[in-house]
Amino acid sequence: MSKPTEVNDSNFDQMVLQSKTPVLVDFWAVWCGPCRMVAPVVEELAGEYDGKVTFTKLNVDENPKTSSQYGIMSIPTLLIFKDGAPVSNIIGFRPKAELKKNIDAVL
Amino acid sequence: MATKREYDVVIIGGGPAGLTAGIYTARARLKSLLLEKGATGGWIINAGVVENYPGFPDGINGLELADAMQQQAVKFGLETLTAEVTGLDLKGKQKVLKTGEGDIVARAVIVAGGSDRITLGVPGEEEFTGRGVAYCAICDGYFYRDIPVAVVGGGNAAMNEALELTKFASKVTVIHRRDELRATKILQERAFAEPKIEFLWNTVVEAIEGEDTVKNLRLKNVKTGEKSTLDISGIFVAAGFRPNTGYLKSVVDLAENGTIITNEKMETNVPGILAAGDIRANSIRQVAAAVGDGAVAAIYAEQHITGK
Repeated sequence: MSKPTEVNDSNFDQMVLQSKTPVLVDFWAVWCGPCRMVAPVVEELAGEYDGKVTFTKLNVDENPKTSSQYGIMSIPTLLIFKDGAPVSNIIGFRPKAELKKNIDAVL
Repeated sequence: MATKREYDVVIIGGGPAGLTAGIYTARARLKSLLLEKGATGGWIINAGVVENYPGFPDGINGLELADAMQQQAVKFGLETLTAEVTGLDLKGKQKVLKTGEGDIVARAVIVAGGSDRITLGVPGEEEFTGRGVAYCAICDGYFYRDIPVAVVGGGNAAMNEALELTKFASKVTVIHRRDELRATKILQERAFAEPKIEFLWNTVVEAIEGEDTVKNLRLKNVKTGEKSTLDISGIFVAAGFRPNTGYLKSVVDLAENGTIITNEKMETNVPGILAAGDIRANSIRQVAAAVGDGAVAAIYAEQHITGK
């Protein structure tokens, strides 16, 4: 099963914006309980969408530049990027079925 | 599609009530499964430090407490599965749980699914969620550094949120519809002593307004009817909780507020379906109480199964 890759301020452009496949970014922090609720669901989805969507996570504490650039004011936030731009925005914990709907809508 | 699985006991919800029930049923050598839609731990993982659970004189981080409870339950043989329950059918003595991971059959079910924050239901709230409207100070306080914020509510959750936010915000305005707080006295004392916190009494939020993000709140004084505007870019909602019992409406007896009615053995009106923790009618919503409920429910679930 493919696990989400850590991305950061310095490799965000290359890993996310330049990606040929859609990229889901999980904005999280260690002090955020609901982020820990989202993480296992995102890991499962990473396995199910292997090859179709790239799954990444970004620590907002360590990467304030990217977080503020995309106006992150609440975590967990999942942003899906396609061709270098955010196309879907999921704020807070949502059930797996709803996340799949959001991902399928942009594929 | 996953295959049909059978258990003695299925526990819905991985908070303190569910995990405690799991410790007891696993030690009773009942084949036990705990279903959790997110991460185990329940509401306490949002709570920061838990100060009133016995055994931890300096308090314990909610995440750490949740992890420890889970490890303890798993050690004794509790199985866990990440799945949301969407239905519960009765087939004779068997209970069939409909989940995102297929059907699961149980001889007894312990419902410990807790509750979620209620929303205010005012214009602008949904639109600005994550862009100025927030529901978790531990998570989002960080994004409101050195600016004023508002907290809506007057209970324990609201005071915890307000106190947490004083670490980040320049000022915290508590908006409460009554003229006194419902929160525990020690939390009231701390909130009143905190110079960054001020109170707007007898006041409700009628609308949340902004452009890209929140700019102001439309308020109304419920005593005088006077309306006002508060310029603010962050509002944390802590106005109450709603039990996660949507799928149980036609299955077990619920109280008017949606919580599950039980007797002192944590039994519902349906034999073999028990409830524990915040989801139960008249719960005091405390970890210590949830743990007690979980133990009681486990004992009587075992009795239901063995007939002893």
